[in-house]
Amino acid sequence: MFDAEALIIALTVFVLAIFIGYEVITKVPPTLHTPLMSGSNAISGIVIVGALLVAGQADGITGQILGAIAVGLAMINVVGGFMVTDRMLKMFKRSGQK
Amino acid sequence: MSTDALFHLNITNSAYIIAAILFIVGLKQLGSPATARNGNRMSALAMLIAVLATVVGNDIASWEWILGGAIIGSGIGAYSARKIAMTSMPQLVAIFNGFGGAASAIIAADELIHLIDGGGAIAEDVSITIMASVIVGSVTLTGSFVAFGKLQGLVPTRPILLPIRNVINVALLIGMVASTVWLIIDPSMTAFLIAGAIALALGILVVIPIGGADMPVVIALLNSYSGIAGAATGFVLGNNILIISGSLVGASGIILTRIMTKAMNRSLANVMLGGFGVEDGASSSGSDDDRPVTSIQAEDAAMMLAYAQSVIFVPGYGLAVAQAQHQVRELADLLKAKGISVRYAIHPVAGRMPGHMNVLLAEANVPYDELKDLDEINGEFQRTDVAVVIGANDVTNPSARTDKSSPIYGMPILNVDQAQSVIILKRSMSSGFAGVQNELFFLDKTQMLFGDAKASIEKIVSEVKDL
Repeated sequence: MFDAEALIIALTVFVLAIFIGYEVITKVPPTLHTPLMSGSNAISGIVIVGALLVAGQADGITGQILGAIAVGLAMINVVGGFMVTDRMLKMFKRSGQK
Repeated sequence: MSTDALFHLNITNSAYIIAAILFIVGLKQLGSPATARNGNRMSALAMLIAVLATVVGNDIASWEWILGGAIIGSGIGAYSARKIAMTSMPQLVAIFNGFGGAASAIIAADELIHLIDGGGAIAEDVSITIMASVIVGSVTLTGSFVAFGKLQGLVPTRPILLPIRNVINVALLIGMVASTVWLIIDPSMTAFLIAGAIALALGILVVIPIGGADMPVVIALLNSYSGIAGAATGFVLGNNILIISGSLVGASGIILTRIMTKAMNRSLANVMLGGFGVEDGASSSGSDDDRPVTSIQAEDAAMMLAYAQSVIFVPGYGLAVAQAQHQVRELADLLKAKGISVRYAIHPVAGRMPGHMNVLLAEANVPYDELKDLDEINGEFQRTDVAVVIGANDVTNPSARTDKSSPIYGMPILNVDQAQSVIILKRSMSSGFAGVQNELFFLDKTQMLFGDAKASIEKIVSEVKDL
């Protein structure tokens, strides 16, 4: 059945989160825009949660393989994204800072 | 639902709230280079909490496949994060975007298989969100791969225009809507696969007509899509942490897209419709301009710099191509030791993605407080003795301010022409991406130092040392 209430709640969360994202991210200075992109890449790896859910509930072998592929792709984003962002941010130093 | 299951669900959802807060605070800490590294760690912690909460709160039937996927994925991610050259960051981000989109599309497929196998009717809202997830995810996947190919030089960087591309795109859009309606009326894998295939084709067709110079906009936009694909997956699974995190990434990508389009003098609508970055056939040789320019040698440049009080370096992507960041920093260190003020003026499109030039200079140990963006530095040129332009062209062209007939008119530029004197390091008199001759080269205050940027700066460095 069509669950209008759940959809409205989900839409509310979606719209509010976009606003928060907009407010927070406009304050990121241009000098950090590349780490912002790779870091938000890592955050979009949150689909790992969805991948775990569908992989965990899969009954057939097709479902399990697809789930595992989704988990793998999401993990590339999560691990690679956070690590490369850290590698970049480590290089940003103030004058006189060693 | 048993009390035990309900208890687990509550724990999971509470953990998701904590994760969401940590993601937002983590992004907030990206507001300053001093706190950014901590912010990134906070986001990583949020991710760990979200994953653990998911594993604890749900019955996961079989572990073998999941663990296998997680280990392989982590290995690939860690390896590429360590090995990637900073000049290739745009490619890495592009391909990661693609993987994120692919994951969203596959999750939607897996959920649909599960629902169809389970029998019974599928609600309309579920069908719609499944389609949204697979469509955005698939467009992101192929679009990102084409962008990666263009950045890596595997696909021609010039815009590739199919003769009837608009007709094809409209036909594909109609097919997409039709297959979505089909899936809502009669849920089947066939309708799903058709929509997926169409979306994959559309991703290619949207990015292939875009020129290499416009890739920064495309990557930012695809970054946004990968977030929106994640949020769509959240709608499919009714999962708030996916919706929140996906929206944050979506917002970030949209903001960066707007910044880049503004810096490139384009509208967002123009970008969204695709087909931009097309050269309008204007001659890009520019060599028919035989007005005289003043050229100098490295020792003259060294003299000018050593006796200045303030110097601004204006780096462009040519600097990164010549791998001259370290030499520039060495020169800056010498000048600073003489008490000369040194700063760097960074245009938003100086690199191959937003903020790229800042990372390349940070890698060469240039302190971030010396890196100034457009608004910060433009008022300072008038009070600056020497501006040194290295591998930048269009972003310094004063015609953008004054000449209404110029194709780059209205583009925000660095006011290099207002400095007391200007040194331009350049290979030859060729023009920039826009195919427009740079009026800055012909000013009386401008001196041209021809040659390879790295070799020229090395010569200046040794001359300054000898002074």
